[in-house]
Amino acid sequence: MKMNRYLRHLRNFDMSCRRILAIVILAIVAACSFAFEAGTFAGLLPLSAQAQKPAPANPVVVQPGAPGKPTKTLPRTTKGKLPPVSKADVQFMQGMIVHHEQAVEMTALIEARTENKDVRSLGARISHTQADEIAFMKRWLVSRGQPIEMTMAEMHKMHQGKMAPTASHDEMMLMPGMLTAKQMEALKKAKGEEFDRLFLEGMIQHHGGALDMVKDLHDTAGAGQEAELFNFATDVDSGQRAEIRVMKSMLEKIPSKEKR
Amino acid sequence: MNQTPTTTFRLLAALVLGLCFVGKLQAQAPPAQAADQKKAEQEMPGVEKAPPLPAGMTGSDASDPRFNLKPGLYDAGEISKGLRHIQLLRKPEAFQLGSDDADDPKVKKTLGSIGMPDTPMIPKPVKLVMAQLAFANSDLAFKGKYLFMGNFYGVNIYDIADPAKAKLVTSMVCPGGQGDVSVYKNLMFMSVEMPNGRTDCGIQGFSAPALPTSAAQGPPMPAPNKDRFRGVRIFDITDIKSPKQVAAVQTCRGSHTHTLVVDPKDKNNVYIYVSGTSFVRQAEELPGCSAESPDKDPNTSLFRIEVIKVPVAAPQNAKVVSSPRVFMDARTGAINALSSGATHGVGKPAFSDQCHDITVYSEKGLAAGACSGNGILLDIKDPANPKRIDAVNDPNYAYWHSASFSNDGSKVVFTDEWGGGMGARCRPNDPNVWGANALFDLNDNKLNFSGYYKLPAAQGNTENCVAHNGSLIPVPGRDIKVQAWYQGGISLMDFTDTKHPKEIAYFDRGPIDPKMIVLGGSWSAYWYNGHIYSAEIARGLDILELTPSEFLTQNEIDAAKAVRVAELNVQNQQRLVWPNKLVVAKAYLDQLERSQALPANQIADIRSAIQTAETSNLTKGRATLQSLSRSLKESAKTAKTPADSNRMDALAGILQRPTK
Repeated sequence: MKMNRYLRHLRNFDMSCRRILAIVILAIVAACSFAFEAGTFAGLLPLSAQAQKPAPANPVVVQPGAPGKPTKTLPRTTKGKLPPVSKADVQFMQGMIVHHEQAVEMTALIEARTENKDVRSLGARISHTQADEIAFMKRWLVSRGQPIEMTMAEMHKMHQGKMAPTASHDEMMLMPGMLTAKQMEALKKAKGEEFDRLFLEGMIQHHGGALDMVKDLHDTAGAGQEAELFNFATDVDSGQRAEIRVMKSMLEKIPSKEKR
Repeated sequence: MNQTPTTTFRLLAALVLGLCFVGKLQAQAPPAQAADQKKAEQEMPGVEKAPPLPAGMTGSDASDPRFNLKPGLYDAGEISKGLRHIQLLRKPEAFQLGSDDADDPKVKKTLGSIGMPDTPMIPKPVKLVMAQLAFANSDLAFKGKYLFMGNFYGVNIYDIADPAKAKLVTSMVCPGGQGDVSVYKNLMFMSVEMPNGRTDCGIQGFSAPALPTSAAQGPPMPAPNKDRFRGVRIFDITDIKSPKQVAAVQTCRGSHTHTLVVDPKDKNNVYIYVSGTSFVRQAEELPGCSAESPDKDPNTSLFRIEVIKVPVAAPQNAKVVSSPRVFMDARTGAINALSSGATHGVGKPAFSDQCHDITVYSEKGLAAGACSGNGILLDIKDPANPKRIDAVNDPNYAYWHSASFSNDGSKVVFTDEWGGGMGARCRPNDPNVWGANALFDLNDNKLNFSGYYKLPAAQGNTENCVAHNGSLIPVPGRDIKVQAWYQGGISLMDFTDTKHPKEIAYFDRGPIDPKMIVLGGSWSAYWYNGHIYSAEIARGLDILELTPSEFLTQNEIDAAKAVRVAELNVQNQQRLVWPNKLVVAKAYLDQLERSQALPANQIADIRSAIQTAETSNLTKGRATLQSLSRSLKESAKTAKTPADSNRMDALAGILQRPTK
């Protein structure tokens, strides 16, 4: 499955979308600013109050060139700058929140449907880490003034040409690897071993989609350069890759339908 | 210092203004906004509450005074035991986002460029801490009077000739993370792993394609770029104020960390072991790179480390000379032979297709690798072709992060970076065997688990905390490690008895922020020639010194200070050797007294003879020392513990031939 296209579509932004976006941003940021005032502001105040004074010996600020090229001296007043955050970064985070939310939803089904200890502990772990990561992604977006969710208009753009214009909201929300409404329905109806099998197959498919999303991010020019996002994407990749391996070996222990 | 009054004034002024601002907002907030605020709290997450402690496990100690320190960036509460904080040198401006003033137009411009709308409604502190990781301080290296502090944005070089007056000499801008740094003679090595790394050290990264203005799209911009750099940079630091890049060796996964390897038999070359943990780049960018699984591509860039050979006289010719398959099963040839490590309740499983960090002990021909899902032991007698000779796993480990040997090579300390360093993992409900050090005894090249050590004090929900980097402290007769625990602070572990390791000193600050995890704390805390230096991720460089306590005497501290090295790269472990000075003898004597290994009168006799020798500048009492030395050798044969026996032998050796 070629996922590049999905990110490419995401880049389609028209002005009216941006206006809606701006309103959402303002609403969220306004709400958040209050949450922050009481504690965070007081705690961090000294940062805004104190500046690093140049030491008496006047340290130099330099920037080397490529190998073999000379090193430049920069003005002493030079300040740090960050590489750009791209739209693909923002939409990666927004998409991954939706993606992770389904994993949490899937793990919530375990309790009433299986007694398999391994599946139960795997579910608890997935639920915990994915919820953790959702929290991180939301913070990343909010602290950059970005909306947590894509607008319907953006999702339409994203799925342009891939879905019927009459596609429902739920269909629009599907990120790579996510279970369809039909798959989720089957999972909800299953019990015992049948549930274990569908859950593991479903979660392997689901995690595989996350790996595709990370790969697409890295294959997009200008994306994934922001340090926190880079770190997060690296973590998602290695963690879910390992979890897929664990789930595959668990799946091997469950008798297949045919055998029964 | 003459800056103090100005700084204090600014601090006070800002505090007053800040309090007014907060007060005003609180007074004005109508009840309707309470719901919004609640919603916002839910939407501004980042603080995880610890799940209940698993049955049968013990958490961290919430009654420790370190648990409730006042939060703040530069005014956080501080506490220490057995350590004195000498000073903090704050991160230089060139390594901080924008400005100290959130309303500065430059800050607004920078924020705009990273996609944050220019609105007065964004809380100011958020503006200032957003860039956290991009300017994080990382690992440390030392050479002579210089300290090299890596940073995701470059390297800062400090003059530490007088630790109390340490000063910044050079800020070298060269982004790409994590900036792990080593030095060897006139060469400095630096790890780069992130996609914004550029061969030319540029800060601009790589631009994203412009947003299309209509439905019509041009061809997508290719992601591969010849100017991108991920790997190990080599600088000539002959001119400390102007490091010059002489080589940049590209690798498929970049370099998360690296290890300098000096071959005792080869003076013309040094080696760099590269541990890459990040994504494999496209073959279009670096030919030969492959992220396929081993069954699809036997030449996959996963499941290996890289070895760079650096000719010391011609570093520009440095290149990758081998990519050892350290996870291979020598019998079957399978390159992914190590299983994914077992994992405990709430961590993600780790998969052994990468090493995170490797510590070499060339004198012993060994390396200990912390390789994600496993701890491994390598034979490195042929440095370009390390061979795995043992591997261990641990049910309480989430991610094998780093390793270090005891000075005699009989013990290995591994660390578990559960939560990746960004999470709070020292909360009262976090088990004290998760995110901890695991101590192994090493016999005949076999690692045998012995015990765990975790920072004993509980930390808050907003303090990222887990085991991290540390170095040995050269106290003779004991195995002592100083170690960074991120916002858990610095802790000194005595692991002489690997079954019962204990804390003997610490330094800690309150959380940077009480409401959200702001990445900070100590990344690396290392002992170098008499002092402890700590790379504080968010705040700067901390310098500390040991103070005597019930667990460590002044003599032991002085004996540690008697060991001097010309260079220090902690992952390239060198054997510590103590001079035959009487101060070292006094340290052993204190230890024998503490463990009650010798009768009080024997200790008193030795002490008195040492004092006579010292006050006479070694002109008197040599014969007495030698006779005491002989009886000590006898006592050593019947000592109750091997540690005490070794101390008696070492003490006897010094008394036999003391030097000034």
